[in-house]
Amino acid sequence: MKESIIEISNIVKKYDDVKVLNEISFNVYKNEFVTLLGPSGCGKTTTLRIIGGFETANEGKVLFEGKEINHLPPYKRQINTVFQNYALFPHMNVYENIAFGLKIKRLKDEIIENKVRRILKLVGLENFEKRDIDSLSGGQQQRIAIARALVNEPKVLLLDEPLGALDLKLRKDMQVELKNIQKSLGITFIYVTHDQEEALTMSDRIIVMKSGSIQQVGSPINIYNEPINSFVADFIGESNIISGVMKDDYQVSFLGKTFECVDYGFKKMENVHIVIRPEDIDIVKKDSGLINGEVKSVVFKGVHYEINVLAKNFEFLIQSTKSSKIGNYVGLDFNPDDLHVMREMHYE
Amino acid sequence: MKNKISKLYLALVFLFLYAPITVLVVYSFNDSKSRGNWGGFTFKWYLELFKDRDIKTALYYTVTIAILAAVISTIVGTVSAIGIYNMKTSRMNFLLNINYLPIINPDIVTGIALMILFLSANIKLGFSSMLLAHITFDIPYVILSVLPKLKQLDNNITEAALDLGATPFYTLKKIIIPQIKPGIITGFLIAFTLSIDDFVISFFTTGSGVTNLSIEIYSMARRGISPTINALSSLMLVVVLGLLLIINKRTTIPTKE
Repeated sequence: MKESIIEISNIVKKYDDVKVLNEISFNVYKNEFVTLLGPSGCGKTTTLRIIGGFETANEGKVLFEGKEINHLPPYKRQINTVFQNYALFPHMNVYENIAFGLKIKRLKDEIIENKVRRILKLVGLENFEKRDIDSLSGGQQQRIAIARALVNEPKVLLLDEPLGALDLKLRKDMQVELKNIQKSLGITFIYVTHDQEEALTMSDRIIVMKSGSIQQVGSPINIYNEPINSFVADFIGESNIISGVMKDDYQVSFLGKTFECVDYGFKKMENVHIVIRPEDIDIVKKDSGLINGEVKSVVFKGVHYEINVLAKNFEFLIQSTKSSKIGNYVGLDFNPDDLHVMREMHYE
Repeated sequence: MKNKISKLYLALVFLFLYAPITVLVVYSFNDSKSRGNWGGFTFKWYLELFKDRDIKTALYYTVTIAILAAVISTIVGTVSAIGIYNMKTSRMNFLLNINYLPIINPDIVTGIALMILFLSANIKLGFSSMLLAHITFDIPYVILSVLPKLKQLDNNITEAALDLGATPFYTLKKIIIPQIKPGIITGFLIAFTLSIDDFVISFFTTGSGVTNLSIEIYSMARRGISPTINALSSLMLVVVLGLLLIINKRTTIPTKE
């Protein structure tokens, strides 16, 4: 039985009558790494700020360990935040920054010193105590910001796109490190990002949001393999999204042909979207696949090639380790369980 | 040719602006009572200055009022600036416009208005009324020098402090004040300078033997110009100029953030 640490129920947030959050509800369990994922303006940061206490919801409840905290100010919450721009105190050195929260708790100097040293070791910045904030690189500032929040041993750590400003290599390293820290300290992390890869790499569960509403909640594997609608499918990784019609259970028709699939429970002749992941399509010889097409472009991407194949007015995106020749006619093959059928959903 | 004319023009402007001040300073070292002729170099007017009891009293009042007014207006102005900064934009602009009014209002109007106010409120004209008047005209300048520093403040830094358990008051003390300190000090210096060299408003709001240096110079000049006035004025010039240079340096060279 998993225990909830934070419960969000029916949160509505308006700015001057514009709803930015529309009845959001979800739970966060103890020791979980939850990611709020969505494009900019989807309300993910606002949700985080409501949990942190920097914004108050117009409607709905925020529960922390079962108690309502809607109007509890941030300094009374056992929650700490890592801000997007780090928000380190520029007039203090590394030690004073990290010790800030501990001094407020009136801990003894020796204890504070010990804790600061330990947390600096954890984030890999030993002996940085005396350094000025502006003498640090972006990656180092990021680590100090994380250390400053973690040293208070919060029950929940909120992270607002903390890796956004770092370069790709550093970002990848920090992803692994953050995940390790979270596992070793056993703290609940609520992480906000618009980077789907980051979300897939680190999270136990992902909450996909779009214009103030939750689209889907699930494990990374679940969300990647079984996106609930074409928005989620498109946002989580690259996909081929094709309009079609559900002929019958296990029978879906698109691009003028009927294919076998594993989906059922739709109305007969219901309009649907079919999602096929680019890595699930195999390029085979002409006429030996399910559908024929012409190779339009081939781009080398390192691990794989990205190949565009035009078949019956639809340009398929295919990821394959084998190259193809532009202009060749090829067959495309996929299995019934590679087709993800979802109800048609309109979005901007 | 054009260049030469513009240089000449500039030289004339500066001559026009600074000739009176130069004459004033030069003659404060003149060892001759008459203003027309040069009687040699001397410090005696300066020494005489420090023997004059009236001047010493005026100096005492000037400095005391300047320090008190600067300290009080800096505190009030800083708190007001923080309040104004946290308002909605429309109210903030309204208050800022109100704040400008005392700055553009002619000193004579401010002086007389304050005098009438003090009289109708039964406040005896003297030290405290003059101090109140100085605090009044200092506050808008403090607000104007603190507000830009607040606007530079990263909003997240305040939130980070609250997030780490700091109460709003603790955040103000440990995070906000240290970061807007350059603006507060500049505001203090401006207030101090304005207070030291104010004449018009002080003249209308003081009474019963309380005079500052400006008023003292004015009454000395009415009795007849003596070279001690030159010496006193030169000293005030040096002090105010020094303060202005410091303020200027603080506001033009951005302090390391």
